[in-house]
Amino acid sequence: MKIVVCIKQVPAKDAPLTIADGNWIRETDIGFEMNEPDSYALEEALRLKEKHTGEVIAVSMGPERVKQTIKEALAKGADRGIHIADDKAHTLDPLSSAKSLASAIEREKPDLVLTGLQSDDQGFGQTGVLLAERLKLPHATLIMQIDAQANTMRVKRELEAGWFQWVEVPIPALLTIQSGINKVRYATLKGIMAAKKKEIATITRESLGVTVEPTEHIERIYVPVKTKKTEFIAGTPKEAASKLLEKLKHEARVL
Amino acid sequence: MKILVITEQREGQWNKVSFETLAGAQQIAAETGGALSAIVIGKGVSALADELAARKLDEVLLVEHDLLSAYTPDGYTVALQQAIAQAKPDLVLLPHTYQVRDFAPKLAATLGKGMIGDCIGYRLETGKLIFQRQMFQGKMVADVVFEGAAPWFATFQAGAFRSDLVAAGSSKAAIAMVAVDLNPQQIRTRPLEIFREAKQAVDLTQAPILVSVGRGIKAPENIPMAEKLAKLLGGEISASRPICDEGWLPMDRQIGSSGQTVAPKLYLALGISGAIQHVVGMKGSRTIAAINKDQNAPIFEVADYGIVGDLFEIVPALIEELEKNKTT
Repeated sequence: MKIVVCIKQVPAKDAPLTIADGNWIRETDIGFEMNEPDSYALEEALRLKEKHTGEVIAVSMGPERVKQTIKEALAKGADRGIHIADDKAHTLDPLSSAKSLASAIEREKPDLVLTGLQSDDQGFGQTGVLLAERLKLPHATLIMQIDAQANTMRVKRELEAGWFQWVEVPIPALLTIQSGINKVRYATLKGIMAAKKKEIATITRESLGVTVEPTEHIERIYVPVKTKKTEFIAGTPKEAASKLLEKLKHEARVL
Repeated sequence: MKILVITEQREGQWNKVSFETLAGAQQIAAETGGALSAIVIGKGVSALADELAARKLDEVLLVEHDLLSAYTPDGYTVALQQAIAQAKPDLVLLPHTYQVRDFAPKLAATLGKGMIGDCIGYRLETGKLIFQRQMFQGKMVADVVFEGAAPWFATFQAGAFRSDLVAAGSSKAAIAMVAVDLNPQQIRTRPLEIFREAKQAVDLTQAPILVSVGRGIKAPENIPMAEKLAKLLGGEISASRPICDEGWLPMDRQIGSSGQTVAPKLYLALGISGAIQHVVGMKGSRTIAAINKDQNAPIFEVADYGIVGDLFEIVPALIEELEKNKTT
């Protein structure tokens, strides 16, 4: 089974974010990491490969720094990487991102394309579905289990409020993976050493012949305006705890 | 501006977020002076179209086909493409549900159009619609605008508008049947049974007080501390999704879009950053208190009381105080 997994590099969870140029964040001095939802997709790809044999190709788009995330995927067990070098990737609308990714993936003729359900930065949550449309592949989203046969799969799709549905999907196909589907592995030292010998191919949007026709754009980003006034309680832990209980009892009257 | 709302139903039951989106659409239609229509899609759903026609809108479009009885992304896309071609809307609005996430980007893309998803609101500035959506897990908000020609697609998050504000119509709106061409070969995936995992052991919606833990709890060994606090307060323990994903608490303890939606009298959030998927499940709580080390955590946007600090210092202090009060 030839599996392409799309992984995005996003600001680290605890990175302090400040706004730069009005519609993006300042990228200097913050750490980046693999988008957590994508790490579940990568893990699922590796497990499928271990079960059915085959190849896992990790694809990531963005500036030079995203190579680090591809290397992490290689260290965990992906066989090779594709870096779509694009310093302007963060300015692309979802459809344009999908066009670049689809052009790079198309030539691999994969049996399965996996993505996370959304990214922790822009959070458009559209890339997987758009990618399926561009690749003319059937898709299913928010997948919690994959039972793959030779030409078909049974996948468990998460619906809302604790409901699920089994869906039969032919192969090739694209699936977006729901977080929590598996336990993500750590890279081993052996894996990290092995990754050094693995190939990362670099391509560009231009070399793919993809032109950008934006359908939407972000005018500006800003820190949300508070809708509720939070009363912050200061003091030592003991004082704060005591004051909070006092307020919950006598002011909010909920205790 | 001609607005079209695509509503959602499953087995003849509304997804109620549809009415929130309808409320938003009525508001935009009033402000832009445009016509408003709404689609009901499925099979054997004319009763829902009837119900919808009592609301304030110009037309209800009923899209029915044997192949639409169960949802599939292919079936919905092919059918709705045809309905949109007939209705010729400028703006297509949908509720941001799991199902909509599954097909709406594809529907827009087949028409070469983009979608602004998961919007929390909109603004009309000199005739231009600007949509607000959250980014960076709720730490930032973005103003997003469409480029290029209509139709434009946008989805509204649960809670963006109030469904009880949907205006009733002065007379019943016309219901138009939209005939669609759809054949089995166009539907590549086969939907099978819908089921609920192991029965819900606890009904968190009935708990008067919830002590909810997030990533900040750090390790499963720390869960008992939060459980102890919940017990002392006379409440139940709950969690944000990552905690249940890790298996530190069972899935039926999860609050948020993929878990339960609750509105207790007190919701105490411990180490929960407040990603929107979580907040939609608890923002209706009467009183929200949050303890988090990051003062910029989005949870503080919905909290009535906040303590910025180390929960491993504050929770033991709360426990100590409660135990002291109990014995005196």
